[in-house]
Parts: sequence; C-alpha cells; structure tokens
Amino acid sequence: MAAGNFEKYKSDGSLAGNALEWLDARFPATSMWKGHLSEYYAPKNFNFWYFFGSLALLVLVIQIVTGIFLVMHYKPDAAVNANGVPVAFASVEYIMRDVPGGWLIRYMHSTGASAFFIVVYLHMFRGLLYGSYRKPRELTWLFGVGIFLCLMGEAFFGYLLPWGQMSFWGAQVIVNLFSAIPIIGPDLSILIRGDFVVGDATLNRFFSFHVIAFPLVLIGLVAAHVLALHETGSNNPDGVEIKANKDENGIPRDGIPFHPYYTVKDIVGVIVFLMVFSAVMFWAPEGGGYFLETPNFYPADPLKTPPHIAPVWYFTPFYSILRAVTYPLFGLDAKFWGVVAMGASVVIFAFLPWLDRSPVKSIRYRGPIYKTLLTIFVICFFILGYLGTLSPSPMGELVSQICSVFYFAFFLGMPWWSRMDKFSPVPDRVTMK
Amino acid sequence: MKKYLIALLFAPLMAFASGGNVHLDKWPGSVGDKAALQNGAKLFVNYCLNCHGASYMRYKNLMDLGLTETQVKDNLMFTSDKIGGLMAVAARSDEQKLWFGATPPDLTIVARARGEAGNAGAGADWLYTYLRSFYRDANRPTGWNNVIFENVGMPHALYGLQGQQVLNHETHKLELAVPGAMAPAEFDKAVSDLVGFMVWMGEPQQEFRRTLGFFVLAFLAILFVVAYALKKEYWKDIH
Repeated sequence: MAAGNFEKYKSDGSLAGNALEWLDARFPATSMWKGHLSEYYAPKNFNFWYFFGSLALLVLVIQIVTGIFLVMHYKPDAAVNANGVPVAFASVEYIMRDVPGGWLIRYMHSTGASAFFIVVYLHMFRGLLYGSYRKPRELTWLFGVGIFLCLMGEAFFGYLLPWGQMSFWGAQVIVNLFSAIPIIGPDLSILIRGDFVVGDATLNRFFSFHVIAFPLVLIGLVAAHVLALHETGSNNPDGVEIKANKDENGIPRDGIPFHPYYTVKDIVGVIVFLMVFSAVMFWAPEGGGYFLETPNFYPADPLKTPPHIAPVWYFTPFYSILRAVTYPLFGLDAKFWGVVAMGASVVIFAFLPWLDRSPVKSIRYRGPIYKTLLTIFVICFFILGYLGTLSPSPMGELVSQICSVFYFAFFLGMPWWSRMDKFSPVPDRVTMK
Repeated sequence: MKKYLIALLFAPLMAFASGGNVHLDKWPGSVGDKAALQNGAKLFVNYCLNCHGASYMRYKNLMDLGLTETQVKDNLMFTSDKIGGLMAVAARSDEQKLWFGATPPDLTIVARARGEAGNAGAGADWLYTYLRSFYRDANRPTGWNNVIFENVGMPHALYGLQGQQVLNHETHKLELAVPGAMAPAEFDKAVSDLVGFMVWMGEPQQEFRRTLGFFVLAFLAILFVVAYALKKEYWKDIH
C-alpha cells in the first residue's frame, strides 16, 4: 500500500497527458493519488463512527482558513484605547461589526473550536469501541494522542486572544497551575506568562503560539497520523484485519478503494455535519453560553475576579479531575497532585495499546465486562464534564472524586479486566450490519 | 500565586451581590420591533450615553433601524458630528471613577455579557429588572440603591420618567413614593424598548444572521439529497 510502487503515468499524446507525464516523472503525483485514495483499500463495513476522522480534517481546514482572515483584523494588544477598552477586545468587536462578513468568520472560528473537540472526542470514542489503537496501529494512536494534546494547547492559547474576563482569568488560573511544580514551578509560570501577571507579553506570545507554533505542529502530526494509518490500513467495526484475506491481485477481499467509495460517503457526512454546525452558528452562536462564555463579553479586568471561573466545556472533565484532588501527599500540596492527576488523565490515553490485553479488538466480540465498564467510563466523563462547569461544592467534590477514581481504575485495571471478559468468536471476514 | 487557586476553590463564598438567585422579570420585547428599537435608541442616547460609552457601535449603524442619515444626525448625535464615528462617551473615565467609585462600563454588548450559561437571553431580563429596581437610599452617596445590584455606583438615570421608589423593609417590595413623568405601565414599556435597543446593539446583524441561517440550511438540505443519491449510486454493488 505504500506510495511509490505504482507505475509512472504514460501520456496518451494530448497536451494534458504530456503535462501529467512531465509532472509524474518529477513528483510522486500518481503514486500519492493511488496510494492514498484511488487504490488505498479501506474496509467496506465502516459505520457512523467512521465519519469523524474526515470531519476532524474538515474542521482543521475551517479553523485555519477562518483564522487567516481573523488575523488580518485582530490586534493582540492589551493596551487600553481612547475609549477605555483594551485594543484586543475592541478589535474582536470591530471584526463583529465593521469588517464585512467578519461576524460570520468569527462565529465559524468560535463554533469551530467547540466542533473540533466534539468531533475529536467522538473519533477517540470510536477507537475505544473497536480497538483501533491495538497492534499494528499503536503509532497511529500515539500521533492521535499528540494531536489531542496539541489541540488542547491550541484551544487554550486561542481562548486568551479575545481578552475578555474569562480569557484573562482562565489563563491566570491555568498558568498558575505550573507554579505548583516543585522547585522550577514559580519560575516556569513566569516564563510562560513573560511577566509576573497575565499581560500584554502573555497575550502576544499566546498569539504567536496560537497562529504559528501550534498549527505547524498540529499539521505535521495530522500528516503523520494519516500516513501511519495508510501504512497499516484502517481498522473496522469488526476488528478484522482485511489484509489477512487478499485476492489473486493482492487486493483485500473486504476492501474497497477509498476514492470514490469513501469520498462520496464522507461528502454525505460532511453535509450533515455542516447542517448541525450551521444551525449552531446561525441560531445559537453562543452555544447556550458554553461555546462563548457570557463573562467573556466583558473586557479583561485584572482588578475584578469573576465570581466563578469556569474553563470552556471541552476542558471541564479534566478540570474536574484537577479539583477532585484535595489531599496533600509526600509533603507536596494538593494543588500539585491535582495538576499531576489532570495531566495523567489526558496522557493515559497514550498507553491504551499496551493496557488492553483482550484477545479481540472490537466491542462486538467482547463480553459484558467491557460493555459495562466502557458505559460507566463515558457516564463518568460526562459527569466530570458537567461538574467542571459548576462552582465547587462538597457534593460535587465527592462525586467528582468517585468519578475520577473510576476514570483511572478503568485504564489502570485494564490489563486484568480486559482479559477476563467472555468473548465471542471473531469472523474471518467483515460483516455488513 | 497560590492565592488564585485558593480563590478559585472558594469562589462560591464570594458570590456576586447582584448574581444568582434574585428574581428577574422577563423582558417582554423583541428585537424585531423597529419602532420600539427607535424609541430605545432615543432613550439610550438621551439617558445612558452621557456616562456610558457604546464604543464598538458607529452612529451610522443606527440607520439600520430604519432611520435616515439626517434623522440620526438631528436626533441621536450629541457628542459627535461624524456619522461614521463611534458612539463614545464625552466624560473622562478617571473623573467618572472619582464621581461614582467605578468607571461606568461600556454598554455595547452588556446584554450579552449579562447572559448566563444555559440561558443566553437572561441578559435582557437582568437589564429589564435592574433598570426598574432603583429606590431611594439616603445611605448611598448618590441617594440611590438597587434591589438586584446592591450598593451600585450608578444613580437612577430614569427617575424623571419613573419617579422615586422606596423599599418597604417589611414586605421587601418597592413602592412608588413620588410619581414621575410616566405612568408605571408606560415606564415599563419605555424600559422594555431601551433594553430591546441594547439587545439589538449587542449584535446588530443578529436578525440577518438568523434569516441567513434558513437559506444556508435549505441549500445544505438540497445538497444532502444530491450527495446521498450519489453515494447510493456508487455503493449499490457493495454488499
């Protein structure tokens, strides 16, 4: 399947044919087209859950294109203008009002941020359902975890840019988390901010990270993710290796060319996605106060702490885990261990390929243990996410502690419970359900 | 640095004086009512714009309310003679801070800022209730206090219209002690119009945005039918 094993294009004598032959002799055009699209064989039994990879790519493109236009008008400047409003904050409202079509571009970008996480969470859940992270796709999964980490950084840096109250105080809280690291912590947090408080230096470096550094890394990781996937071939809802059963031409019997079959299918997925996306963007761009938090319509005020600082919804499950840790340990305070737990709760996904010891990949052939535990895991994730949007309370703390313990137990106990399940026989060929 | 996290953990103890569980009256207006918006604009420039800015708005945007350039210039522009100018405030913010204890906030997007998670429309309800909840309080430097925003720095700018309310400390209800230029129902309508203007000003193109959404969704629906048929055609031999 690797690119490069395809015959070079031979011209039919026409002008276009000659041009393509010239190109193909100097650039792997045919081999890339065939290797990744027209002769890349994907299992024919992809279901609903397999739309989210291509949708994630679509949202990435939306974010980059809208971002390019936003940068033309946005000004990363924390200084106050003649009307007493920070320039950065005023420039966002300038985009919303004075730039033709600016409101649409801005809403596409803000809705796109939330859409990105929805799509990526569903994409990751698909991996959990069908064991997509298992051998031989461990590296594809690791690149994916890298993309997720990068995306979280990208979202965090981007959220400071409107320079609203929640931008400012959210950044203040998160950067201060780094000061919990022993010895280097306080200096590290100053290094990140570029100042002793979140200020103009912070805004400018976050802008740089958001529009240059992280997008570059993100695009690189996405390319690596797709290349690694195309090397091994895609998994499928049955968790059957289609390459194990090839016809006389060496083509998997259960495989179909990605183009045109999955391109036409993904177009349908793209349109349905755009309908949902547009419905939010045109009729509820604030996402009920969760996509655009209402306190962020006040400009950043370093002297006025909001009564309740809540991260945007996509960070709240991990934020809840941070808040759930309330006990000091080994002479280090609870805040440090909270940061460790929050970091671990994200990074632990990277270990899934080696934690899962079940003999089958897909949930279809796993038993009640996996189905039950995965269901509870998802419920815990939602509860943690919900609690993270609320102010802390004793009840919420207890519930988030229980959910956090289960969250980690799900992963750390996996080497044992994933082996104990009752499995049903896996078919030789994929099934069309 | 540790104090920020501590502040975060104990955030509920520092609940906003104005936030949370106060009862808000539902704003009865809508942003589709052009006549109400025009009246709201008139009230806004006459009563609010003296102290508060609306500095993300330009005067020419008021023409979207169905007014001509001359009408805007003659009736709504007191501090600027440029129709493309921002609706900034003449008073200086450092002086205002001395007078009121705090700089009056910019009001362009206050209706959006006052919304709540899960109820973005709550901003209008808050403004509608707030502007009708001032009462006489001799203990305050301005002589005014507010039921839903305790010890607010702002005096009652509309008292000439509403009259003067007092707080009955036994029933915790507001009573009209000195009538103003408007009857209570008339005043409620005026405040509703003013709030409507502030909701509109928060996002002047919001009606266009909602309308455009229908066209986009209709286009995507047609595209869906075509794309789905294409997919069916290609996939008919895959079993």
